[in-house]
Amino acid sequence: MESMALWKRVLILLVCGWGVLAAVPNLFYAQVERHNDAVIAIEAAGGTATPEQTTAAAEWPGFLPSALMNLGLDLRGGAHLLAEVQVEDVYKTRMDGLWPEVRDALRDLRDQVGAVRRAPSPDDVLRVTLSNPEGMPAALEAVRALGSSVVTLTGVGESTIDVTSEGNDIVVRLSEAEQQATDQRTIQQSLEIIRRRVDEAGTREPTIQRQGTDRILIQVPGIGSAQELKALIGQTAQLTFNAVISRTTDAGASPGPRNVLLPSMDEEGVYYIVEQTPVVSGEDLVDAQPSFDQNGQPAVSFRFDTTGARAFGDYTAANIGAPFAIVLDDEVISAPVIQSHIPGGSGIITGNFDVEESTRLAVLLRAGALPAEMTFLEERTIGPELGQDSIDAGRTAALIGMVAVAVYMIACYGMFGLFANIALAVNIALLMAILSAIGATLTLPGIAGIVLTMGMAVDANVLIFERMREELRAGANARRAMEQGFDRAFSAIMDSNVTGLLTAVIMFWLGSGPVRGFAVTLGLGIITSMFTAVYVTRLIVETYIDWKRPKTLVV
Amino acid sequence: MAWRLRLVPETTNINFFAIQWVTFGSSIFAMVASLVLIFTMGLNFGIDFRGGTTIRTESTVAVDVADYREALSGIDAGDVSITQVFDPSFREDQHVAMIRLSAREGEESVTPEVIAEVEAALQTIDPAITFPSVESVGPKVSQELITSALLAVLAGAIGILAYVWVRFEWQFAVGTVAALIHDVLVTVGIFALFQIKFDLTIVAALLTILGYSVNDTVVIFDRLRENLAKYKQMPLREMMNLTANETLSRTIMTASTTFISLSVLFIFGGDVIRGFVFAMLLGVVLGTYSTLYMAKNIVLMLGVDRSDKTKKPGSGEFANVDA
Repeated sequence: MESMALWKRVLILLVCGWGVLAAVPNLFYAQVERHNDAVIAIEAAGGTATPEQTTAAAEWPGFLPSALMNLGLDLRGGAHLLAEVQVEDVYKTRMDGLWPEVRDALRDLRDQVGAVRRAPSPDDVLRVTLSNPEGMPAALEAVRALGSSVVTLTGVGESTIDVTSEGNDIVVRLSEAEQQATDQRTIQQSLEIIRRRVDEAGTREPTIQRQGTDRILIQVPGIGSAQELKALIGQTAQLTFNAVISRTTDAGASPGPRNVLLPSMDEEGVYYIVEQTPVVSGEDLVDAQPSFDQNGQPAVSFRFDTTGARAFGDYTAANIGAPFAIVLDDEVISAPVIQSHIPGGSGIITGNFDVEESTRLAVLLRAGALPAEMTFLEERTIGPELGQDSIDAGRTAALIGMVAVAVYMIACYGMFGLFANIALAVNIALLMAILSAIGATLTLPGIAGIVLTMGMAVDANVLIFERMREELRAGANARRAMEQGFDRAFSAIMDSNVTGLLTAVIMFWLGSGPVRGFAVTLGLGIITSMFTAVYVTRLIVETYIDWKRPKTLVV
Repeated sequence: MAWRLRLVPETTNINFFAIQWVTFGSSIFAMVASLVLIFTMGLNFGIDFRGGTTIRTESTVAVDVADYREALSGIDAGDVSITQVFDPSFREDQHVAMIRLSAREGEESVTPEVIAEVEAALQTIDPAITFPSVESVGPKVSQELITSALLAVLAGAIGILAYVWVRFEWQFAVGTVAALIHDVLVTVGIFALFQIKFDLTIVAALLTILGYSVNDTVVIFDRLRENLAKYKQMPLREMMNLTANETLSRTIMTASTTFISLSVLFIFGGDVIRGFVFAMLLGVVLGTYSTLYMAKNIVLMLGVDRSDKTKKPGSGEFANVDA
């Protein structure tokens, strides 16, 4: 058998070279990270850099690879939430929204159906009682006409609502297809809002993922706690402007029909009775920014869209001298008196804020409200110190493990042990390079996977070396022993690695979080170790034999 | 001949079947005992599998579990368990404890208010205390995690069964999977016996054990297949001994390198992953044992059809170079 072809040797060396080069940034993690952040910031600013950014960018030479392994939450610290979106909430909103339409439609048929009234029903059902059941067919037809057709892949043409009759009642619910479409929209909207809120907070590499049909996984490194994260995403900043009926200090005051009693945010013990239906609501808001009022106090300025601006303008024109309430999440922020007609639809909210609060309020107003409630099924907070401890422990263990395996291999196989160690080092570099290149996330079990790979990676070499020993005992010369050793061990190496790979794939497929991280490192480790044990070691051993031309080998 | 560290002499002639009824019997015994332990003592499930909250505390002041318990006694927090954590990698003044709260009846998880109460109560007895990690899992998710964990181990075993069946004969597949079940069952049994925390990462360790154990077994089977083609007349039992002896050096080598790197991780890797590494250490020992004493015995009992070996030598092999 001929020696390895030149192109093959070059290819192997190129892969090894790339592996080492691409793994290097991970050894200078903090520097490279600052460099990357600075480069992104400079790019975002259109090429202009602050002096600090220039320094940071210069910390790592631009011609070297700069991709890094992501550190998982257990290593960097941060918060993890698994939320379940209560998609049914939206059904209720839809039904409540449908009721006035149904009422109006049936009012036109008053002489056939008589009086209509909404009967108590579960949240996702609208039940309407007719006083004159003879009009039922006409009523059903009129209500059905309110539905439109759902456009989905499966249910084109199906109506958005199912309308049936039960005795004197018309029962309306969302159709199956519309429920699915609604769920889909609810989740998309929730994802979008969460993403915006988390992004506004400016944290690094958050993971916001949909899981299953109605769950959202949120992982934010660097945030203080799961509570903080919940506060950030879970707040439904519902801003409304309501007409004020009166001001009172009696917490038990009866607000009267269509009015509500709301506490003041700043003044302890003060309550406002306001009209339940807002003049304008936060949905009409197009922008909100932190700013300052004429006294230099932090405030939030906002702008309405055209509908909002018209409603707000009309109301202020008609009610000069009357107070109106700015209500945030059922608390009255302030209740200024309307001084003049406010056209143009922009204004400013003043209150007892500090700068941080006004910034936060602006963010919340901009992001809008979540369409549905979320329950949190899983909450994890990992402090950055614990993560750092884990990194340190992992690094120590990896280094000591590598040295121990290396010493052991040399003790057992002498020079060939050294060859295997070189292959092992290349293997670890390649593994780190691939993890960086694909942007994989390194978790604590992932580090364990790397250390385990070190132990198992030499297995292929052990198989080869043991085979070589046997061939040598059987009297083969150096070259033949080497060839036979590699070739005959190959089938066993293949079989044992394929089964290992199989379990890694299953772990990745069925596992979650840290288990997945482990599966990725283990699986990639198996692939890289096959490459290094078979090709890199062979290249080294062949080069050695071609160079020294020994009669026999001592393995 | 240069000096070499040798754990196994160059040529061995160990009869692995000499005490086959003792070894096989003790394997069966260990499996039955594990099952009994798992069902009587139960596993010390972590919050991943039974829901609840764990709070890791860290302080410069020594942990007094009794004081902690006293401080938390006034809080209606369901079941509370407090354990101190020791680790050689801790600094001199680093004292760590784990507090586990179970969710109260009828609640999806431990409420943030309860957690805040617990943290405040601990801060009153030790102002220097910090909480490096707080994790809560609701019962809904923990149920699903149990299901998916069982599914993962089952899928792993079936995948291996299928692969070995395709590459070898069905007898080999049965032998391999019996050895796997032995390894996994005994590992879980030991976790039950010592009441070591059993969480999601332990399942990952079990899957890795599957991978490792099968790796070991397959290497011997691979050699056995080669020998089956080579020595047509040799009795199966003798041939198995020959095969095991031929590969013994490699079996011990690989087990020891893996054992070395795992031991290092066990000692220096920190307490967070110690249970995980412990499971894998057990797996390496059990996997090596079951390869030598379990998988082969079952293949021997089932017998191998050697009649058609001449017709398809090395059937399905990936490489048949220079053979």
